[in-house]
Amino acid sequence: MPSSKLASGGDGLIEALRAVLPEDSVLVETEALRPYECDGLATFRQLPRVVVLPETEEQVAAILASCHARGVPVVARGAGTSLSGGAMPHAQGVLLAMAKFRQIVRIDPLARIAVVQPGVRNKAISEAANPYGLYYAPDPSSQIACTIGGNVAENAGGVHCLKYGLTVHNVLRVRAVTITGEIVEFGSHALDTPGFDGLALLNGSEGMLAVITEVSVRLLPLPQTARCVLAAFDDVVRAGEAVAAIIAAGIIPAGLEMMDQAATRAVEAFVKAGYPLAAAAILLVESDGTAEEVEEEIGRITDLLQAQGASEIRVSRDEAERLRFWAGRKAAFPAAGRISPDYYCMDGTIPRKRLGEMLQAIAAMEQRHRLRCINVFHAGDGNLHPLILFDAASADEQERAEAFGAEILEHSVALGGTITGEHGVGVEKLGQMCVQFGEAELEMFHRVKAAFDPVGLLNPGKAVPTLQRCAEYGHLHVHHGQLPHPELERF
Amino acid sequence: MQAVLAGFKERIRAARVAGLPLELRGGGSKRFLGRAAQGEILDTRDYSGVISYEPTELVITARAGTPLAEIQALLARKRQMLAFEPPAFGLATVGGTVAAGLSGPRRPQAGALRDHLLGVKLLDGRGDELRFGGQVMKNVAGYDVSRLMAGAMGTLGLLLEVSLKVLPMPAEQRTLRFSMSQSEALVALNRWAGQALPITASCWSGGVLHLRLEGARAAVQAARARLGGEELGEAAAISFWRDVVEQHHGFFAGVRRLWRISVPSTAAPMCADQPSLIEWGGALRWLRDPPPETDLFAEAARLGGSARLFRRTPEDEVFDPPLTPSVAQIQERLKRAFDPDGIFNRGRLCAAW
Ligand SMILES: Cc1cc2nc3c(=O)[nH]c(=O)nc-3n(C[C@H](O)[C@H](O)[C@H](O)COP(=O)(O)OP(=O)(O)OC[C@H]3O[C@@H](n4cnc5c(N)ncnc54)[C@H](O)[C@@H]3O)c2cc1C
Ligand SMILES: Cc1cc2nc3c(=O)[nH]c(=O)nc-3n(C[C@H](O)[C@H](O)[C@H](O)COP(=O)(O)OP(=O)(O)OC[C@H]3O[C@@H](n4cnc5c(N)ncnc54)[C@H](O)[C@@H]3O)c2cc1C
Repeated sequence: MPSSKLASGGDGLIEALRAVLPEDSVLVETEALRPYECDGLATFRQLPRVVVLPETEEQVAAILASCHARGVPVVARGAGTSLSGGAMPHAQGVLLAMAKFRQIVRIDPLARIAVVQPGVRNKAISEAANPYGLYYAPDPSSQIACTIGGNVAENAGGVHCLKYGLTVHNVLRVRAVTITGEIVEFGSHALDTPGFDGLALLNGSEGMLAVITEVSVRLLPLPQTARCVLAAFDDVVRAGEAVAAIIAAGIIPAGLEMMDQAATRAVEAFVKAGYPLAAAAILLVESDGTAEEVEEEIGRITDLLQAQGASEIRVSRDEAERLRFWAGRKAAFPAAGRISPDYYCMDGTIPRKRLGEMLQAIAAMEQRHRLRCINVFHAGDGNLHPLILFDAASADEQERAEAFGAEILEHSVALGGTITGEHGVGVEKLGQMCVQFGEAELEMFHRVKAAFDPVGLLNPGKAVPTLQRCAEYGHLHVHHGQLPHPELERF
Repeated sequence: MQAVLAGFKERIRAARVAGLPLELRGGGSKRFLGRAAQGEILDTRDYSGVISYEPTELVITARAGTPLAEIQALLARKRQMLAFEPPAFGLATVGGTVAAGLSGPRRPQAGALRDHLLGVKLLDGRGDELRFGGQVMKNVAGYDVSRLMAGAMGTLGLLLEVSLKVLPMPAEQRTLRFSMSQSEALVALNRWAGQALPITASCWSGGVLHLRLEGARAAVQAARARLGGEELGEAAAISFWRDVVEQHHGFFAGVRRLWRISVPSTAAPMCADQPSLIEWGGALRWLRDPPPETDLFAEAARLGGSARLFRRTPEDEVFDPPLTPSVAQIQERLKRAFDPDGIFNRGRLCAAW
């Protein structure tokens, strides 16, 4: 369909949207569209043709059916905190903002289930469950802002995911609307559901398969108590080995995070957590459960850390101190923002035992790309979040930051890992998808998408690259004379 | 192994050309589930062997034909386990276990088989070799095709390799026994599940509730003191749970029709006057030989769950509840995406394909 016709509104789309939504829920003026032009990854910006703010499932169904009838693309949006450009609008498309779906439909304390609309913030679920002694375990650092719909679409993770699993492990049922406007349900409030596991596909589908309109999550009993151990290491490789040793000893902590020296220094200036600044790396190891359990586990953890050569070990004595230990880790992103005009947050996963090796490789990349990088990890999962510091005012620095980021991701694949642990592919990592997957897998992803959305109108151009695009990405790298992973198939 | 793999590809291509289906078979221990698949048997057991096992990474990768018992023995040597507790039936292969997608008693706490499946390598219906997921815990690159394979009963592809997350064995295990009625047990189980208690399995049958506590020594002891009940000796406890997992518990003896009903844990008792066995804190209910006139598909759906006829008599023709038309359509398109000519396990999950 020619875009000039779309822009003129000649397809009757705006009229159709106004027929199902109140006037103030259909935004077309440029100033009104501006707040939606990007998500948390501001490098990719695009004004949508129109923004709609439905509040009922029927409205969502009518909007999707209207778009489908006219061949208009649709991008769903939660809180817009995605860090991979997954919620970036489509120029000729509708941006479907789910912000008005803010109701906690029902909490069933006996069955330990919360039924919520997709626009409910992650943190709000635990707050609502708290009076019943329950909470929702997955806790992305963005949890005060991000929505459960966005969490499902990205299969979000967080500090607690080592012990309690990712979003996919904690969602029981999803209601969604397909591009043709049909309502579908995957999963159930029972533990097993017949048929193929569509729920697994929807988790992490980046808004490409269906628009989520209701989510049922599993609630867990609040642990009676939690304590945290802070351990300092003089050497990053030893810190990485200590992580492996804890797991090998049969302990799955409630959180196991690592920060390198650059990271502790950046946050210390900002939050005054009292971190040992001379250490090459620190580990934060949390234990939760009953008082007896935590006591026993903390004892084993400190013994292990000692044996692994920690130069200093502190155990939180009270809740205030525990929260202070975490304050620095939780403030790593804003701290990076304070010491550098811009930073680029990467998200790869590698086998745990290769943490030290990866940190050394990143140090070498800092030299090569002439940019600083601070490292924070969900070490227990092998999920790394290097923050590359740069200044976007300099086109050259921005380009180097992007090349640096791409190299980290491709190195993650080379070490046996993946290009994204929890932030998704979005538009950001389309190139790296061609490094991680071969032609046959990428084609299968397109077929899986087509099973839900045969015409390809939901969030087009995201998450799965076309083979054409991979060919171009391959050329680009050959041109620079640095073909990574020559063992992998190119096309 | 390369020759075996080449043989598989050849069989798939030939089946495709001839339009003749293949029945994928591991140990063949699960053939009673669902409809009989049509086609010539493709035996996976020659494609066997553990490829890698890294205790510190909590991952094991094995070829699909590897006996499950071999994997469990290997893990036990490092005091690790498959936490979804699949049955160790002599014959089962790890590929068949993933394809069947069944989980044992620890499921409500530790998650299902699909929650422990990190990656797969498979052959699709074109004979193309595909790899999804991997060996790391967190991975959101592309759609989660690996988990889609759990419970697909081999209708989407021939699994070649699977990577499974493993977990440490708990330090301490105790089993408690309580006398109570079915409805008392359902209330108690749901109450306990909302508290921080180290419960990892439950089984109610014939007026007796068994509860397994596992975890740190101190936590198990504290919970044991709090809950009361009568404690089973270690040997008795181990054999009790093994019998539940492998359906050697007296309840299963001589059963004709066995219904497996998955409902919210708080659902009211079903067919309360019929023999039943309840697992998963109330969320899994086995019913034996209920009166033929009860429509258990409808009854389970009314309670927010689903029923499946797990063991059947030759007269039984319908085993699974119908899906809604739009979900059924998506499923059929998924089947075609993976297996365009319908050569894998034709008829096994759905009469139409
Ligand atoms: C400071 C900061 C820290 C972060 N920390 C973490 C972290 O620790 N772990 C982590 O996993 N992520 C983290 N993130 C990333 C981000 O918060 C998550 O990806 C989050 O899940 C996105 O939720 P959202 O509501 O903002 O979704 P959006 O950004 O609005 O959308 C994200 C994707 O989901 C789709 N989507 C949204 N709603 C729906 C719906 N209803 N139906 C279908 N598709 C939908 C969109 O199309 C898009 O593809 C962080 C982000 C920031 C800015
Ligand atoms: C509650 C319960 C009860 C059980 N009862 C019994 C019992 O009574 N008797 C018993 O022997 N076992 C029983 N089991 C164990 C079960 O059979 C095994 O766990 C396992 O699922 C069977 O493995 P298999 O290799 O024998 O699979 P098979 O029976 O050979 O195959 C099972 C399914 O997987 C498919 N498949 C097999 N290999 C592959 C592959 N490589 N790729 C793709 N698809 C494949 C087959 O086509 C088939 O659809 C029970 C399990 C549970 C949870």
